[in-house]
Amino acid sequence: MNIEELEQIAESVRAENAKFDYEINVCMGTGCLSQHSDKLKDELVKEAEKQGKNAFIRRTGCMGLCAAGPLVLVDPEEILYQHVKASDAAAVAASLGAEPVAALQCDLREHFDQQVHVVLENSGHIDPERIDDYIAHDGYQALVKALTEMEPNDVIKQITESGLRGRGGGGYPTGLKWGTVAKAGGDLKYVICNGDEGDPGAFMDRSVLESDPQRVLEGMAIAAYAVGASKGYVYVRAEYPLAVARLTNCLRDARRRGLLGNNICNTPFNFDVEIRLGAGAFVCGEETALIASIEGKRGTPKPRPPYPAVSGLWGKPTLINNVETFANIAPIIRKGGKWFASVGTEKSKGTKVFAITGKITNTGLVEVPMGMTLRQIIEGIGGGVPDGHKFKAVQTGGPSGGCIPDEHLDLQVSYESLIQAGSMMGSGGMIVMDDTSCMVNVARFFVEFCMTESCGKCIPCRAGTAQMFTLLSRICAGTGTMDDLDLLVDLCGTIKETSLCGLGMTAPNPVLSTLRYFKNEYIDHIVHKRCPAGVCNIEAPVEVLA
Amino acid sequence: MPAFTPPPLPSDDKRWKIVNGTMRKNGFARYALIETLHTVQSAFGYLDDDSIRFVARSLRVPLSQAYGVVTFYHYFSLKPPGKHTMTICTGTACYIKGTDKLVAAAEKRLAIPQGQTTADGKISLMTARCVGACGRAPVVLTDGELVGQMTGEQMLEQLERWAVE
Amino acid sequence: MSVAVDVKTLVIDGQNVSARAGQTILEVARENKIDIPTLCHLDGLGDVGACRLCLVEIKGTNKLLPACVATVEEGMEVETATDRLKKHRKTILELLFAERNHICSVCVANGHCELQALGQQQGLTHVRLPYRNPELTVDASHERFTLDHNRCILCTRCVRVCAEIEGAHVWDVMGRGINSSVITDLNDPWGSSSCTRCGKCVQVCPTGALFDKSKVGSDHPKYPDFLPWLNLMREAQ
Repeated sequence: MNIEELEQIAESVRAENAKFDYEINVCMGTGCLSQHSDKLKDELVKEAEKQGKNAFIRRTGCMGLCAAGPLVLVDPEEILYQHVKASDAAAVAASLGAEPVAALQCDLREHFDQQVHVVLENSGHIDPERIDDYIAHDGYQALVKALTEMEPNDVIKQITESGLRGRGGGGYPTGLKWGTVAKAGGDLKYVICNGDEGDPGAFMDRSVLESDPQRVLEGMAIAAYAVGASKGYVYVRAEYPLAVARLTNCLRDARRRGLLGNNICNTPFNFDVEIRLGAGAFVCGEETALIASIEGKRGTPKPRPPYPAVSGLWGKPTLINNVETFANIAPIIRKGGKWFASVGTEKSKGTKVFAITGKITNTGLVEVPMGMTLRQIIEGIGGGVPDGHKFKAVQTGGPSGGCIPDEHLDLQVSYESLIQAGSMMGSGGMIVMDDTSCMVNVARFFVEFCMTESCGKCIPCRAGTAQMFTLLSRICAGTGTMDDLDLLVDLCGTIKETSLCGLGMTAPNPVLSTLRYFKNEYIDHIVHKRCPAGVCNIEAPVEVLA
Repeated sequence: MPAFTPPPLPSDDKRWKIVNGTMRKNGFARYALIETLHTVQSAFGYLDDDSIRFVARSLRVPLSQAYGVVTFYHYFSLKPPGKHTMTICTGTACYIKGTDKLVAAAEKRLAIPQGQTTADGKISLMTARCVGACGRAPVVLTDGELVGQMTGEQMLEQLERWAVE
Repeated sequence: MSVAVDVKTLVIDGQNVSARAGQTILEVARENKIDIPTLCHLDGLGDVGACRLCLVEIKGTNKLLPACVATVEEGMEVETATDRLKKHRKTILELLFAERNHICSVCVANGHCELQALGQQQGLTHVRLPYRNPELTVDASHERFTLDHNRCILCTRCVRVCAEIEGAHVWDVMGRGINSSVITDLNDPWGSSSCTRCGKCVQVCPTGALFDKSKVGSDHPKYPDFLPWLNLMREAQ
């Protein structure tokens, strides 16, 4: 495989597509599939044929606006239809070359125009199960460029220059990580893609793996070349069957095209990838726990150092990056680190994919440049809180993050700013809450999550999260005291500073951030025995004998 | 040292050959434990002591270690599932959209706590920590099929249909 | 022939000390009579860094490091007993005492329990946290030993000694989080498990979770000191 051959494939795909007057893209991500978009696609194929329309019906990945699914995009007019049922196929087919179907049309310019798509550039535009479609959209050009024109060090230099930071949550500079693994000795190294998206309320990685899996693979291959690895693993949740199926396909096709395997692009570079299924453990998103899981063991974290970059999978130097991080690599190599660094803020470069859910009008997946304000994302792109309710807080960073209230909505999104506000970037879940959400109950929800997901190895996390849960349950039930609250705060401090891994260290964050911004709700529960949002079941106060 | 001979297949059930296939593909290496357990669960629906013992002996993993792995990961089940399974997502987006009420309603209707199967073996009630379809919250999986924007009535109707089957 | 030894110098609690590269902070501290509390650590077993009692402060970083696994570095300034550390240690001990049913007065290990000793040493006068009082079982199926889950602190010394020293790996941990427990084989009764009956796990157990049936009602000291010696003998072979 070389650049010319890639061009040939791309050309033949384009020639094939040019034979059609219209393209109808049907979203077949998990969200739309659950509303039978597969049947819709079959109907569209039938109807187009019946009506004699020269249209190509394409299965695509996620178009982002999951709540409005199933989504259909008609090209070249770029007309987006929402809530399309199989019975609408005839009308959609009939509209080709005629007036659009007004009743189905989705007019959300504001939603899309403010977004910048880097990671999602192909999502909703290509068939995720056809490697040639990816190649026709500049796919694998970056890998071929890296292998044939660049030294491994040049690749790392570009990544460093781009300012890309880990998209899994920590925000560690990717170039620095790659450099460390590259410098580590030994001829056996591994590259792992962390697709164990465990944050409840986040589905960016699932969407990328379902919509554009080749992009992740290309990123991994470039990383492997840069750090000197020859073997890779994608660790993906077993709860994502569609992503697993598409990845499996994608690996097979890449091998057939000679983009995985031995002597890729006629160079000495060998690289192959295997899929490893997670088995339902949030803690396996932590690097050392993920490694233990790939080794077939209980996913319990180990103290770091040593870092996986030095001693990882089977004791070998191992590079672990998140799905979204790898999805950023190919564009950086194609367009250069400087291009990437021109987007975003001073310390947080590029774009970030967020999953906006909860009490928000346009539920779904968005990609925005770093530095956009929360208000722009929630009120602009997200369309604000529906049903006349009042915005209360947005939760970012999953169980490790925190709730950010109204007065901080003009905060520019970056790794640092979110931490300063008592939350964190995390993998990109954004859950919007309105006045019907009780913040104490929300804190209890997250603490319960951490309690059931704690691996149990270290005491502060194992017993500490259980104690936090007990104290919060008391407060929610209206039986808590101000002493309980003090104890809770004290406990948070110890858990945060003494836990072995990130899960424990960040488990108190939902409590601390709600206490910071919504202490009055805690007081309401404790002193006034009432839940302002009406969520908690507080019985009439019972006289307790001291 | 005498060469290691893997234990015989537990029975002539053809599914054991699939299980053995996974282990062979991985050269009977210890690290194949989780992969193999996935195969057992997808073939048999759950893991019992005999299957764990067979896999552990075949891969030369200590029994206690294998059992530790099985009980660590929530995806693995030690009990056979019911004929039908209702899995309710309890991720954050679903929680905000009131999924706790769905769980309570299902528990009441089936008279079992989540994680269990009705006495007649017909319906298992499970919860999941986010299936990644938050855009369609609240979501449930009916026999593995994702259904979004679920209401209490819809869910109870489904349970009713299963119950009278 | 001279053997080059990579020597590191560092400061622990204001005391200048020297160490070999690769030594842990705990080893070096103990060589210099500086006491750092430990619970899951035991000389002769691999370390897991789980109990968090040996956390120490390192100048220049806010992150606390477990002395049992963190290795020395040139110029490191270590503090082992700051107010911050003492406070955390007390809270961790409280968490342990409140997690299961630790009632010293009726415990077979009373007076010989490392958890009890640490509580006294760290000045733990009372537990502020709610006691969880879980209902846990006692496994007396073994002809010589008893396992009382109520006293177990999940330090995994038994798991490690059985796997690393005895080589049997009969013990492991099942479940996760607050519902974890130690098991033999497939959570089988200890008496009908593949236990080799060597008794090492009982000797290394820091509390009254594993005990010798013949010692019930009498003094029950434990003797884990054989481990470094065993390791030494094996290396010499």
